[in-house]
Amino acid sequence: MLRPLPLLTALVLAGPVGFGLLGTVLPAFGLLVPGDGTAWGRALDWPGLPRALGAAVLSGVLSTLGALAIATLVLAGWHGTRAFAWLERALSPLLAVPHAAAALGLAFLVAPSGWIARIPATLLGWDRAPDLLILGDPWGLSLAAGLVAKEMPFLLLMMLAALPQAQAGPRLRVARSLGQGRVAGWLKAVFPAIHAQVRLPVLVVLVYGMTNVDVAVILGPNTPPTLAVQVARWMADPDLSQRAAGAAGGLILAGATAAVVGAWFAAERGVARLGRLWVEGGRGLPERPARVLGPILAGGAGAAVGAGIAALAVWSVAARWSFPALLPDAPTTRNWDRFGPDMLAVAGDTMALALGATALSLVLVIGCLEAEHRWRLDVGQRALWLLYLPLLVPQVAFLPGLQLLPLMLGVGPSWGLVLAGHVVFVLPYVFLSLSGPFRAWDPRIARVAAGLGASPDRILWRLRLPMLLGPVLTAAAIGIAVSVGQYLPTLLLGGGRTATLVTEAVALSSGGDRRAIGVWGLGQTAAALAPFVLALLVPTLVFRRRGGMRGA
Amino acid sequence: MPDARAGLTLDDVTIARGAERLLSLSAHVPPGTVLTLMGPSGSGKSTLLSHVMGDLPPAFRATGRVALDGRDLGNLPPEARGVGILYQDPLLFPHLSVASNLAFGLPGLPRAERRRRIAGALERIGMDGFGPRDPATLSGGQAARVALMRVLLSGPCALLLDEPFSKLDADRRDQMRGLVFDRARAVGIPVLMVTHDADDAAAAGGPVIRL
Repeated sequence: MLRPLPLLTALVLAGPVGFGLLGTVLPAFGLLVPGDGTAWGRALDWPGLPRALGAAVLSGVLSTLGALAIATLVLAGWHGTRAFAWLERALSPLLAVPHAAAALGLAFLVAPSGWIARIPATLLGWDRAPDLLILGDPWGLSLAAGLVAKEMPFLLLMMLAALPQAQAGPRLRVARSLGQGRVAGWLKAVFPAIHAQVRLPVLVVLVYGMTNVDVAVILGPNTPPTLAVQVARWMADPDLSQRAAGAAGGLILAGATAAVVGAWFAAERGVARLGRLWVEGGRGLPERPARVLGPILAGGAGAAVGAGIAALAVWSVAARWSFPALLPDAPTTRNWDRFGPDMLAVAGDTMALALGATALSLVLVIGCLEAEHRWRLDVGQRALWLLYLPLLVPQVAFLPGLQLLPLMLGVGPSWGLVLAGHVVFVLPYVFLSLSGPFRAWDPRIARVAAGLGASPDRILWRLRLPMLLGPVLTAAAIGIAVSVGQYLPTLLLGGGRTATLVTEAVALSSGGDRRAIGVWGLGQTAAALAPFVLALLVPTLVFRRRGGMRGA
Repeated sequence: MPDARAGLTLDDVTIARGAERLLSLSAHVPPGTVLTLMGPSGSGKSTLLSHVMGDLPPAFRATGRVALDGRDLGNLPPEARGVGILYQDPLLFPHLSVASNLAFGLPGLPRAERRRRIAGALERIGMDGFGPRDPATLSGGQAARVALMRVLLSGPCALLLDEPFSKLDADRRDQMRGLVFDRARAVGIPVLMVTHDADDAAAAGGPVIRL
């Protein structure tokens, strides 16, 4: 029952990626889509290609550098302080806000007629929005900024998880006793060890930055859009030959991503060499500015996402809200009366999909971890790469194939296909979230219980899982949030017929009905956040009379 | 050696990590007797207990024969061996009440009988009425006593003790030693204890093997 689960999980992770890549490569070379040998030609002849590729590379690299730099500065300057503990608490909700909802909120904030511009407008008496191309600038700078705000919490969380193994506390104490300042000492003595452990998450951020569709549609350039957005448009075309061009475009983007990742590796080595020279040189840093900068940037990013969500909320209850006014005239329930029922119906479908994908992922993940425990399987570094595979191969490179190949085999887009697609992306995050607490569970408890005559199944169901209720629910909440945020798999594998909160919200973003966007964007945020609230509340309620379960 | 001997028999048991042989031992522990194994850390004594439990970590190899009341334990899973264990931590299940902890090793009994035994066990350790309590509210000594009764209620055929008293403060330690050894003798099961505390060995009053 349990034994084949690790292999099955490996297949669930690697199968769709391999299958999808195959299904992308074949049509791109005119092999699967009948009578079309011009796919490459059409993709390469698209006049927007150089700029679309340039914007993808620039926004990807800038957002990764920005998120990594801010997360590092905050940790270097503040890890272990009381202010940091406060920041840590804000991290999970920030992480749970779906990319699309965060992007929609940020768009409301920075648009020429957005909340930020309204402040000088009110003070200076402008009556018209400034004529600035902030949103959708041709180089994707606002896209990069939006990605920084959303990816920084993710990298910060991954770095936090790496701290104990890197012996950050003792290393920093040694460095400081040798006369280094806090930030400089942290960068010199702790950062290399942390970075070694977060290389894969950093690559995930880099690949996502270059190839995401949902954020790029909302914040990215328009004519031409980023290459990933263009591929998604080609893939949504009813004309199969356009889809073949989309497959070719996906491969071009995948090739560019691989090249950028290669360049990133080379740059890592270069920075490491410079870092060694810096360490040996013994020079410090301007400590005070470095310490102050981190929280300003991180707090700014967090506040921007929060204010964006607030903007969604305000628009969702706004009746008349003319330009320089900071708040709408009077709150109204009209928008909710109008868009709420549809939104709630789609929210139900979204949650069904999310719960299904999360339940399947949890079964596979718990099965894998339990099999690892019972048969003492040694899961090495290679398994970790496997886990990251669906996150490291650009979605636009293998999802087209995952749509086209079943189509050629007579399996059309369907809810089941969407569910399977969600599992591929939910499973890695559920595994990453649950594996730590699961493996850290005291194995002596299992031995004591076995000595009391309990079978391994009884130990799992009566002891291990109940004691890990909090971490299991947190992993489930993360899984649901990931599923609620999946745009491209839902769009492509559902053939445009499976509507979820994210596909509807992104579709609305081009229309410009801010009240509708407010309702739908807020709905998506709530769908992702509510499970986290439950994951916090349920264990405290269930174990309110069990002191030993607190903080577990 | 006759197979039908009552007690715990270790027949030429060898524990090795890779090519390095950690210990080699032949011993017999009759019912009601405490055999103490003393040795420095890293001598493989805790690993020997894992082997008797049937839960040897994969880095180790064991050869030889372990038998309990004449039954060869070699091919039995841990839960079928009838070997209970106590560690230096009481390891009460934190999500269950004291009574549910005690009931864990008593599945399949009628509810009234189970309740009677749990109440009796609590009474014997001077903790009447502690059944509904949260384990986190117990003192260290109380938790250790509950852990002892939990393992004894499950009716083990042998008891293993892994540094069982090292985390208790001095006066509690004497009390707990007396309680553990008295109860084990009372139910007449063999006890195998590993420790690095010579006072534990003296209090056990049984044979001592130094590794």
